[in-house]
Amino acid sequence: MTIDGETLTTLRRRSFDLRIDNLGAIAAAGSGHPGGTLSAMDILQTLYFVEMRHRAAEPHWPLRDRFVLSKGHAVPALYTVLAHSNYFSRDLLPTLRHLGSPLQGHPANFMLPGIEASTGSLGQGFSIGIGLAMASKLDGDTFRTYVMIGDGESQEGQIWEAAMSAPKFQLDNLCVILDHNKIQLDGAVIDIMNIEPFADKMRAFNWNVLTIDGHDYQQIAGAFDQARATKGKPTFVIAQTIKGKGVSFMEGQVAWHGVAPNKDQLAAAVAELRAAQAQIPASTQTSTQTSAQASTKASTKAGA
Amino acid sequence: MADDKAPAAVASRDAFGDALVRLGEIHPDIVVLDADLSESTRTRKFSKKFPQRFFDMGIAEANMLGVAAGLSLAGKIPFCCSFACFISGRFDQLKMSICYSATNVRVVGSHCGVAIGEDGYSQMGLEDIALMRSLPTMSVIQPADDLETAGAVEYLVEHKGPAFLRTTRQKLDRVNKDGYVFQFGKGVTLVDGTDLTIVATGGTVGPSVKAAALLAKDGVSTRVINIHTIKPIDVELLAKAARETKRILTVEDHQITGGLGGAVCEALAEREPVKIRRHGIPDVFGESGSPEALYQHFRLDAVGIATVARELIGK
Repeated sequence: MTIDGETLTTLRRRSFDLRIDNLGAIAAAGSGHPGGTLSAMDILQTLYFVEMRHRAAEPHWPLRDRFVLSKGHAVPALYTVLAHSNYFSRDLLPTLRHLGSPLQGHPANFMLPGIEASTGSLGQGFSIGIGLAMASKLDGDTFRTYVMIGDGESQEGQIWEAAMSAPKFQLDNLCVILDHNKIQLDGAVIDIMNIEPFADKMRAFNWNVLTIDGHDYQQIAGAFDQARATKGKPTFVIAQTIKGKGVSFMEGQVAWHGVAPNKDQLAAAVAELRAAQAQIPASTQTSTQTSAQASTKASTKAGA
Repeated sequence: MADDKAPAAVASRDAFGDALVRLGEIHPDIVVLDADLSESTRTRKFSKKFPQRFFDMGIAEANMLGVAAGLSLAGKIPFCCSFACFISGRFDQLKMSICYSATNVRVVGSHCGVAIGEDGYSQMGLEDIALMRSLPTMSVIQPADDLETAGAVEYLVEHKGPAFLRTTRQKLDRVNKDGYVFQFGKGVTLVDGTDLTIVATGGTVGPSVKAAALLAKDGVSTRVINIHTIKPIDVELLAKAARETKRILTVEDHQITGGLGGAVCEALAEREPVKIRRHGIPDVFGESGSPEALYQHFRLDAVGIATVARELIGK
């Protein structure tokens, strides 16, 4: 399925709104991990606005596709996408990391509908996704499961236990995406503990492996199409991404792994993102309207 | 002399394995995961009967726990099994994937205590209760005989929230009466008495009942309470025993730090402070030996427990 021109424009324009809201939430919290939220954002938007069957108004709908954010520290990006998908009000986003907010610093599923699993201790969401996919298989393949892991996260031993196990159960209803932004807290992944050649490793573990540009909506959607079409084995998508994508002073910078922007930095980031958004001619609809419509579309598609 | 009418002693792992097969017939959502120990944990029977609902996850317990969490989040009822030592060793997965993700995973740890014998310390679950008890929402159950095990497993099918079930390799004498009904969170008074109370759990309940009989011969009236649910613990029953007998001896095949002894001390210190002696593995490693020799060495057999009880009451 190729994304049509109007949808593509909507996705691209919304990507700036999402980045702005995401950075605003992290700035309001005063702490967080902006770099890894910006690298993951375009994949998350594609999942929730193009690929997955889900119903914001019915977050526990049994037939919904599942998404598990194994790299839990990027959760502000997921909160932002869920808010734009109408799971909850965007007004909630600035409560991130504040006492009493369901928007915990790392995801807690029992506190916020739309969050499938509590993660944040790295390496664990991958296994949970496998369990979800196995449950779906037992019930006759009723939903698909998507998991996002990080490249630094892939240094955890449990990632490789999980990688070994999914092909055994022929989980072709499982698609795991690597947000390959190449930077972790202490430095470049290649220097801290090299994980390459990742594609070869996953092929050796008997996965269907795809490599894409994780900021190209057509490539992201195309990978999900290929995953759905692949039978008998799970799919692993290596998404080449840029840490801090969209904000020039954050891009590729280790320093922006785990530090919130201050007021001035946020203003500079927002100005840059708004300017870039203005370069894309608007479609006929406003961002908010298309957001609501996309959500309805996902619902309708699911009900079909 | 053996009582001809006494039912055969059964290991709680066997009672667990049989209960799983029975319940698997009734509940199609029960799934079982094991980490290459299905012969030892006794999930083998379930795997033969329901191969589609049994998953051998290989020797990878961390992944197994996460997969069980995912199965639970999609509505299945997973029993996730390994040796108590190996499964409690994956503490972070228990904490994050099982508890903090609000699952209904039943974690089953077999081969608890020094009673596994010859294999030695590395295979003995001796710190598992302490670890499990520290996790918010986690319930901890350790049955004392086959009837209690069957009742506990049946109960766990419906239980809301994560739970840990601790089973034994060694055979356990029947301590409960026919028609026994398992009541989650309720202690069971097996022997009444007034001079002291032995609070025991799991494999040490049988020897504690025998110890009470030995003490009775010396004129010491000993109450025996079986605590099968270590968390949440039956504070009311313990407080009543503390009030009425003044002295408490806890007995367990587990470290005295953080196990049943720890749980009883915490409960009674706040509620009904009395003299308590924690008896079990005294903050040392287990070692190889026959189960009988080890129970004698650690004074967990009837004679040993009676000796410790006499020390407590000064007789």
